[in-house]
Amino acid sequence: MSKKNDTAKPSGLTRRELLGSSAALLIGASSPVQALTVRGTPEWKPLSNNAVPPVDTDAGWQFFTDDEAATVEAIVERLIPADDLSMSGKDAGCAVFIDRQLAGAYGGSERLYMHGPFQDGTPEQGDQSALTPQQRYRLGLGALNDHCRNEHGATFAELSAEQRDQLLTQLEGEEIQLDDIDTLVFFEIVLQNTMEGFFADPLYGGNRDMVSWKMLGFPGARYDYRDYVERHNEDLGFEPVSIGGRPDWQA
Amino acid sequence: MATKLPPTDAVVVGLGWAGAIIANELVDAGLKVVGVERGPWRDTAKDFNIASVTDELRYSQRQELMLRTAQNTITMRNNPSQTALPMRKWGSFHPGNGTGGAGNHWAGITFRFQPEEFRLRSHLEERYGADSIPEELSLQDWGTDWSEMEPFYDAFEKIAGTSGRAGNLVSGKQAGGNPFEGARSSDYPTPPLRQPYSPTLFAETAREMGYQPFPVPSSLVSETYTNPLGVTMGPCTFCGFCTNYGCANYSKASAITTVLPALIRKNNFEARTHCEVLRVTTDSDGRRATGIVYVDSAGRQWEQPAEIVVIAAFTFENVRLMLTSNIGEAYDPTTRRGTTGRNYAYQTANSVQLFFDDKNFNPFIGAGAVGMGIDEFNNDNFDHSGLGFFGGGSTRVTPIGATPIQARPTPPGTPRWGSRWKRATVDNYASTMSIGCEASNYSSPNNYLSLDPTYRDRLGRPLLRITFDFTDNDLRMAQYVTEKTAEIARRMNPREIVASPRIGPWDGRPYQSSHVVGGFVMGADPGTSSVNKYLQVWDVPNLFVVGASAFPQNPGYNPTGTVGALAFKAADGIINHYLRSPGEMIST
Ligand SMILES: Cc1cc2nc3c(=O)[nH]c(=O)nc-3n(C[C@H](O)[C@H](O)[C@H](O)COP(=O)(O)OP(=O)(O)OC[C@H]3O[C@@H](n4cnc5c(N)ncnc54)[C@H](O)[C@@H]3O)c2cc1C
Ligand code: SF4
Repeated sequence: MSKKNDTAKPSGLTRRELLGSSAALLIGASSPVQALTVRGTPEWKPLSNNAVPPVDTDAGWQFFTDDEAATVEAIVERLIPADDLSMSGKDAGCAVFIDRQLAGAYGGSERLYMHGPFQDGTPEQGDQSALTPQQRYRLGLGALNDHCRNEHGATFAELSAEQRDQLLTQLEGEEIQLDDIDTLVFFEIVLQNTMEGFFADPLYGGNRDMVSWKMLGFPGARYDYRDYVERHNEDLGFEPVSIGGRPDWQA
Repeated sequence: MATKLPPTDAVVVGLGWAGAIIANELVDAGLKVVGVERGPWRDTAKDFNIASVTDELRYSQRQELMLRTAQNTITMRNNPSQTALPMRKWGSFHPGNGTGGAGNHWAGITFRFQPEEFRLRSHLEERYGADSIPEELSLQDWGTDWSEMEPFYDAFEKIAGTSGRAGNLVSGKQAGGNPFEGARSSDYPTPPLRQPYSPTLFAETAREMGYQPFPVPSSLVSETYTNPLGVTMGPCTFCGFCTNYGCANYSKASAITTVLPALIRKNNFEARTHCEVLRVTTDSDGRRATGIVYVDSAGRQWEQPAEIVVIAAFTFENVRLMLTSNIGEAYDPTTRRGTTGRNYAYQTANSVQLFFDDKNFNPFIGAGAVGMGIDEFNNDNFDHSGLGFFGGGSTRVTPIGATPIQARPTPPGTPRWGSRWKRATVDNYASTMSIGCEASNYSSPNNYLSLDPTYRDRLGRPLLRITFDFTDNDLRMAQYVTEKTAEIARRMNPREIVASPRIGPWDGRPYQSSHVVGGFVMGADPGTSSVNKYLQVWDVPNLFVVGASAFPQNPGYNPTGTVGALAFKAADGIINHYLRSPGEMIST
């Protein structure tokens, strides 16, 4: 394959940059986006668009303050408690997962339509909050701790498991009104992100040791069940595997 | 100001299923074609790989392959008394972006509409009486018929390698296929996929009850297949990361796995990616399209003059481009005049969940379009006399792969977190299945598309506004077909069932289907349609608008088999009719 050749016929390589690469209109750009003219045999590097973002679980909090992180850990530990089925959401890394998500494109709603006017609609019209996930956590965690200090004289993380469960139940049922943020806007994003962290590929910082997949019997990042599709109503006994492999591959 | 580029014979806007098919046909007919696509160029080898495509967070939760709402979205309301608000995150539907369009992350179920569908109003009036159709429905005929459509369905299935079993060949009915389908000139290109447990169990029960189950026709190929363009696909492996994901196996048919690899190598074609089309340009009296204007990723505007303009940008953008380009007259629901935006319709999605104690469905084994279905309660396959509604649905079990962020069924009354939640999640993960009933949605004068008066995209252009709710007809139909589905579910003897007929109002939050249709419909009468049966715009003979936007209403089937067939039909119209007398409406 030749390198660059604007006039080449299809046998050659005729991808050329049509236009500049100003960032003016890039949409949630995490990789450079450019208008291109494609002709002939398209140029690509295998997997070039397929890189997976590595999450460094040891790097310290990227978005949360230490206090916020302690509160989030105290929440995810109750949303997913340790029991005979699995370790807790905290031990599974859900707080680390949420921290890394908030530090990335998701946290700033980069890919979403965020133009006003922002106004309340019917429930069917969906989430109309002007707050990004980062703001939802910052405001919500602060307001939750304010509430706990007023009512219980302690931060959320300092409360007992029973007290925390009760508070979470009250948030879910909107029996508590938080200052600065709609209670449900806060509760729902925390619940959603906690479950994402527990069940997503461990690559993103949660689901440590594929704990949730083992618990469910979900085999994870496998891609070929042709030998199994007609083995009905049978325990197939798969050990899960993640995009990053399995611990026993690293021996 | 837009910089004018050298003219071309034809410009095609959007390189999803419809655009890629038409572009390829026109290039083969000797035309010089430019394809303009707002998203990136996608190729299986660089975009989708076995090692990393199995990522539920990235593809399903964060919607990596979908159009970003920051680039363009819609506003929605249930009726004209409400203020429409923007869909800030995709919920009800998942529009695509980039070459292949929504066809990269679609599920692959590939039905043909039935012969009666193309003359639905006439058919119902003949069967149930001249005044049997209620006022609230604006059903109409398509201006074409089965004999004209069948060859193009056949052409699309051969491009896609569609797997399935014929139930009705012109030579006679076939056991094991769908007895309700229109007569086919040939069988499916590849045999049906093998079936997981839940569809097998469903089919056994349905058969015992006297129904005629068949493998759901699927553009996930069941064996190695080389299509007429010379592009080869590999067999589906039931990986279960299918709907909302790209396929790493070249098994799921999409424009990038079936058409574009051949097309891009042809001399007369060139694709411009990351270029978003803003409008169609016309001459001063609006009777001739002169080309299109697009904006590139650097914000520069370009005018591409063309002799023929084809818009294949998916229902929403097809209609928005027509409204922003002043093509046709915008529909007004109070006067019921105008056709641009008229007869928008959706799909009425119903389901029944079955919780068992003694079964292991291995629900992670699945594919967007593997499963078994019945059609006894679809469309007009059953007698509607005295029922108080028209329409029906495709009843089927299609396990798409239970990935655990989203697929964690628990019985009603289960908490959403805590130890009891966890216990129920584990107990039900492998032993739960569901039966879907994807039902018709019949157009109504109150459901339509228009430009939003308030909300604008990043370029300052009005968003498309959807005004939509389910009609009483459709809500009654939903109750009926869901009860029929629940009867089958109960016969399967689970511990518990949960029947969920679609209820109003239309809710933009939960995913229902991306089968948004109408708004620029086809027909024989310019008073009630925007394009003729060749998808040629009335009064603008060199402009063709192609896609599900042309459906006058939506039957109880997925749309893409028909979108593909219409793309071939439009190409046939251009090549075999229009080019013989350019600048005129095709009259045959
Ligand atoms: C999750 C999911 C599951 C589905 N499952 C099924 C199924 O099982 N069976 C079925 O029949 N159908 C299914 N569908 C629907 C199917 O994907 C669509 O019917 C089909 O892709 C429509 O093809 P199209 O070419 O009309 O539009 P698209 O495939 O959307 O292609 C349109 C192209 O136009 C481009 N475009 C849009 N606007 C512009 C602009 N202004 N300028 C330049 N380019 C533009 C887009 O980026 C896109 O690439 C599913 C869809 C989704 C999202
Ligand atoms: S289920 Fe089959 S068609 Fe779908 S992504 Fe997996 S291998 Fe491809």
